[in-house]
Amino acid sequence: MKAATKKTSAKPKAAADSAAALKAPEPAEFDKDQELAAYRGMLLIRRFEEKAGQLYGMGFIGGFCHLYIGQEAVVTGLRLAMKDGDQMITAYRDHGHMLAMEMEPRGVMAELTGRRGGYSRGKGGSMHMFSKEKNFYGGHGIVGAQVPLGTGLAFANRYRENDNVSLTFFGDGAANQGQVYESFNMASLWKLPVVYVIENNRYAMGTSVTRSSAETDFSHRGLSFKIPGVQIDGMDVRAVKAAGEMAIDWCRSGKGPIILEMQTYRYRGHSMSDPAKYRSKDEVQKMRSEHDPIEQVKARLIDKKWASEDELKAIDKEVRDIVADAAEFAQNDAEPDVSELYTDILR
Amino acid sequence: MPVEILMPALSPTMEEGNLSKWLKKEGDAVAAGDVIAEIETDKATMEVEAVDEGTLGKILVAEGTEGVKVNTPIAVLLQEGESSDDIGSAKPAASPKPEASDKSDADTPKETAKDAGGKARQASDEPSAQKEAAKAPAAPKTEAAADPDIPSGTEMVPTSVREALRDAMAEEMRRDADVFIMGEEVAEYQGAYKITQGLLQEFGAKRVVDTPITEHGFAGVGVGAAMAGLRPIVEFMTFNFAMQAIDQIINSAAKTLYMSGGQMGAPIVFRGPNGAAARVAAQHSQDYAAWYSHVPGLKVVQPYTAADAKGLLKAAIRDPNPVIFLENEILYGQTFDVPKLDDFVLPIGKARVHRRGKDATIVSFGIGMTYAVKAAEELAGQGIDAEVIDLRTIRPMDMQTVLRSVKKTNRCVTVEEGYPQSSVGAHIASEIMVHAFDYLDAPVMRVTGKDVPMPYAANLEKLALPNVDEVIAAVNAVTYRS
Ligand SMILES: Cc1ncc(C[n+]2csc(CCOP(=O)(O)OP(=O)(O)O)c2C)c(N)n1
Ligand SMILES: [Mg+2]
Repeated sequence: MKAATKKTSAKPKAAADSAAALKAPEPAEFDKDQELAAYRGMLLIRRFEEKAGQLYGMGFIGGFCHLYIGQEAVVTGLRLAMKDGDQMITAYRDHGHMLAMEMEPRGVMAELTGRRGGYSRGKGGSMHMFSKEKNFYGGHGIVGAQVPLGTGLAFANRYRENDNVSLTFFGDGAANQGQVYESFNMASLWKLPVVYVIENNRYAMGTSVTRSSAETDFSHRGLSFKIPGVQIDGMDVRAVKAAGEMAIDWCRSGKGPIILEMQTYRYRGHSMSDPAKYRSKDEVQKMRSEHDPIEQVKARLIDKKWASEDELKAIDKEVRDIVADAAEFAQNDAEPDVSELYTDILR
Repeated sequence: MPVEILMPALSPTMEEGNLSKWLKKEGDAVAAGDVIAEIETDKATMEVEAVDEGTLGKILVAEGTEGVKVNTPIAVLLQEGESSDDIGSAKPAASPKPEASDKSDADTPKETAKDAGGKARQASDEPSAQKEAAKAPAAPKTEAAADPDIPSGTEMVPTSVREALRDAMAEEMRRDADVFIMGEEVAEYQGAYKITQGLLQEFGAKRVVDTPITEHGFAGVGVGAAMAGLRPIVEFMTFNFAMQAIDQIINSAAKTLYMSGGQMGAPIVFRGPNGAAARVAAQHSQDYAAWYSHVPGLKVVQPYTAADAKGLLKAAIRDPNPVIFLENEILYGQTFDVPKLDDFVLPIGKARVHRRGKDATIVSFGIGMTYAVKAAEELAGQGIDAEVIDLRTIRPMDMQTVLRSVKKTNRCVTVEEGYPQSSVGAHIASEIMVHAFDYLDAPVMRVTGKDVPMPYAANLEKLALPNVDEVIAAVNAVTYRS
């Protein structure tokens, strides 16, 4: 740790300059396979979330259920830039992240319904799910709390001298929590390999960023810690992927943390019980019809004649079948055994 | 086959709602994601989005209908190639979960309840869990023992806990210009749980302040403002999030009066819902009563009835000390009689005998009272006459009232949702042991939440919470009837 501290203090000015000067890369050029992979990945999340919303309405899912609909390009594009071994951690709007990390739709949905086949065996629910095997570190319900944790994952990577990078996601609202800045300082001081992904969907519950944030350019939030950042069109999966590659390279090459502000939008309410009076229907409709991440890929696929409507329909069908199977499993799987009440408290 | 659209549950605790408006008419084409109707609960108006696509074949519940139970079919959606002749054969998009249908009235066919996720229910083989069907016990029917703080003959107005809390804040804000409220979503959104409804409109943005999500920061800002003489009410969206701010609450708010040799303190109220709501799992379901009750320099209040919520919140706002005011989301919607008085202020630090009895004393507070009161009713049917004491204030604790009762009944059971170790009940048991040892005919028994983080699964959550059967069993144990 000491060496790293010394190195930074040796040339503070250069670091600050490069922090301010970093430019967002051009969107990645996708070939046909990449476009199709992105399309399928995002569609899986969308269909999964629609089904989750439906199961919630029927009482199969209880408590809070935060849907990721609209934001699919962010996690999908970043996953395309990650290598195996890189870690991911996020807040409670986490279903999409888990699917992107190749966690099983059945296991995720069964956790939403609180059944024994769920990733936390029904004990965690929508907001608290993990997969050690898939390097997914949760699923956290306390706004901002995952940011130091993700920084700690990066600390462990540096400690072990592996080249893994921690992708630590949080919202525009979470970006105001104090522990975020405590983390920024340590991450920069110790050159930790962490990509801070701020999913700026413009609202934290009913509060728009302009009502909660003195600085609404979230890519600048690390400047006083000498952490560079860029703003990215988070509705364009190609832009997200290119930014992800740039940022992950930055971390892997030992330059320390970096911030990606992903400008995105959630179509649904904050959670299922949100009356959504704080924004106009037109605003939502405009994002849906003009910036939808899935429609963008679809349009390119058709435009370039890389896929026909029928072929895309077939993908949709395949994805719907996966989701239907997950939902079927999640509705019929048994609840956890009552003995589970007292397990996993200590080991 | 046509698909029935069911009345959705849009919040964890919603059981019914009003169908305020249809945005599509019969015959309209509907795409997934289209808003088809608006529904209304006591908390908010919400939109119903279509999940499947098709044509709205028939509207089953007309707009303006009130009290529509969750999972009631509200419309039939025809799919490609179907006509109105097919409507009779509609089936629900999927069978609703038994828990939801149990909550609705008898008009839900029993079969639906059974064949749906019926397994879920049966998976739990603990009898108490099965009996405790709904998480939220219904409001008690028994009349509360008369509160000596309310003059007899006072007109009583049925009021929800939610309204009582709002009224208390509004009255105090009218009375004292130094009183203001701040917290997340308290102003424009009208409160995450609608407790601050209308306050922004009446008092303006200077006194009803939306904060960013920065609990540690705004709790500290509140304490600083209080040190400067203002009277802040700091709302935590829930007390789970006050954990972000606990340093400012304990190290700054609670200790300043002492550390400054009495020069300055912090007249501040920290309030918000505490304890388990429904199915929100470990990080959102904890009872902090015992935590705060540990700390000198704090007062800790946890009301059960709407009258107590109102009278005690007004007292808390006027109190020159930091007061932790613990509410409960499940109680917000429950209605109780509230005295119609110009200025109804109750004393902090005084328990209330909720039900008089002679055979055993049940001591509880907040939502714990719902279990205590029901248990006392059932026990009455079995010939046991329990006295129920609502502590109302956890710190300073009114042990006089408890001891007086225990010296009469010689037996005591405590009920709370928090964890057993170092619980409020543990403190009460210890006090009784010291001050009424010779009066005890049985060890004090505690009914608490289980010693586990709150699980999400419905069956486990029920087991983790205290329930009426456990209270009855404890009373049976202290009366040696089991
Ligand atoms: C410490 C804490 N405070 C408050 C909450 C309640 N809460 C849950 S989500 C949320 C909004 C967060 O918004 P943002 O970070 O922008 O994420 P988004 O929901 O938009 O994905 C709030 C206030 C919480 N869970 N934790
Ligand atoms: Mg947000």
